[in-house]
Amino acid sequence: MSSALSTPQTPETGTARVKRGMAEQLKGGVIMDVVTPEQAKIAEDAGAVAVMALERVPADIRKDGGVARMSDPDMIEGIIDAVSIPVMAKSRIGHFVEAQVLQSLGVDYIDESEVLTPADEVNHSDKWSFTTPFVCGATNLGEALRRIAEGAAMIRSKGEAGTGNVVEAVRHLRQIKGDIARLRGLDNHELYAAAKELRAPYELVREVAELGKLPVVLFSAGGVATPADAALMRQLGAEGVFVGSGIFKSGDPAKRAAAIVKATTFYDDPKIIADASRNLGEAMVGINCDTLPETERYANRGW
Amino acid sequence: MTDVPVIGVLALQGDVREHLIALAAADAVARPVRRPEELAEVDGLVLPGGESTTISKLAVLFGVLDPLRARVREGMPVYGTCAGMIMLADKILDPRSGQETIGGIDMIVRRNAFGRQNESFEAAVDVQGVEGDPVEGVFIRAPWVESVGAETQVLAEHDGHIVAVRQGNALATSFHPELTGDHRVHALFVDMVRAWRAPDPL
Repeated sequence: MSSALSTPQTPETGTARVKRGMAEQLKGGVIMDVVTPEQAKIAEDAGAVAVMALERVPADIRKDGGVARMSDPDMIEGIIDAVSIPVMAKSRIGHFVEAQVLQSLGVDYIDESEVLTPADEVNHSDKWSFTTPFVCGATNLGEALRRIAEGAAMIRSKGEAGTGNVVEAVRHLRQIKGDIARLRGLDNHELYAAAKELRAPYELVREVAELGKLPVVLFSAGGVATPADAALMRQLGAEGVFVGSGIFKSGDPAKRAAAIVKATTFYDDPKIIADASRNLGEAMVGINCDTLPETERYANRGW
Repeated sequence: MTDVPVIGVLALQGDVREHLIALAAADAVARPVRRPEELAEVDGLVLPGGESTTISKLAVLFGVLDPLRARVREGMPVYGTCAGMIMLADKILDPRSGQETIGGIDMIVRRNAFGRQNESFEAAVDVQGVEGDPVEGVFIRAPWVESVGAETQVLAEHDGHIVAVRQGNALATSFHPELTGDHRVHALFVDMVRAWRAPDPL
């Protein structure tokens, strides 16, 4: 299952190394939400490393309310046909049949996402049972490790999707990185209690304490709207960023998309970030997260 | 001049960290390269796995593509994995509009030839020039080499398709040794860099 350290003589698909390795290839890149094949092409032309195919961007899901579900297979296939970069799609939390459908469509990664309305308030999907790798959101290290224990091959800090406000993304990434740093300071005796507190498997806790990082790639998501936001998340330790509503809810999506890609690569070069930030037109308006009722916070979904 | 070669990893996007670790384990000094002036300071360069369209665009945008071509032409050793293999191809079978490569290996490469992520796989691969057991081949949405020119040496095949090649000082694999902890392919490349740096024998 998890350690495919001896290489099979006959080719083997869906190994942990192939799933996690796929995410390694996305590092340093930007994954963009798109709702049409045309948007997917704009994203690819701007230098996105992957696109997330969905019917409505989070900002619209927020506005429309109601139950948000997996997207129409026709729409997902249309996007798969339009681009050569990897295509991701979202299933509801715990809705393993939506995930089965997405796997059958040939998407490259499944996002078991809190942005959609959860289908199960206790259990997430068993992600080991799929060939297609999964990415899951997390607000802290314990949550990240529970997802990895279930088979997630990539983690993204949740942030608060559809707000255009980076504050929650910063909070969650700092929390995860801070939790990891604290583990590094513990001795072997203390790791057992730490695992209990984190509500995460001891083996994974020990692995993180040794590595000083998650055993899978860590991206940031939820509220990135500008090149500087993307660079901020990278300087805080994200290995790449998801941008949802921030691009196609802005005035000039093609230009903003390319600018965020540049700033993500040169995240430590303020001059390049400054140049990328010039004349981008209007950013998405954004929502002040303080005024968001608890029930409308997507980050609270997932357990 | 010391014996330890300095090898860069093109760090525009992709699994840069894993290559830096593998190169260091193979006794090279490894450093990320994003700018032309950083490229000028290395004895060899790895083109990592990643998204070839993204890497190609960023290379053009930030002015490293032409310096890269110039250095490859002058014989600087380069090693490309997966997307890096695509970057070293003289020709891509199915390029995205405007997708540029560095070139250096007379071959035609087919992108994502082994399929999408669900078809990504691991398999043992015998690589010419790598002693001992087969290499652990990790193929992720991997390309294969459709055909090679007379000067290009085929180092490995999988299932009847070419997955590792060398032409002069340019080396390319469809698969990702950097993800395995087996550093023999990187050691082969470090040897190529050492040989290139060595002063001519008297």
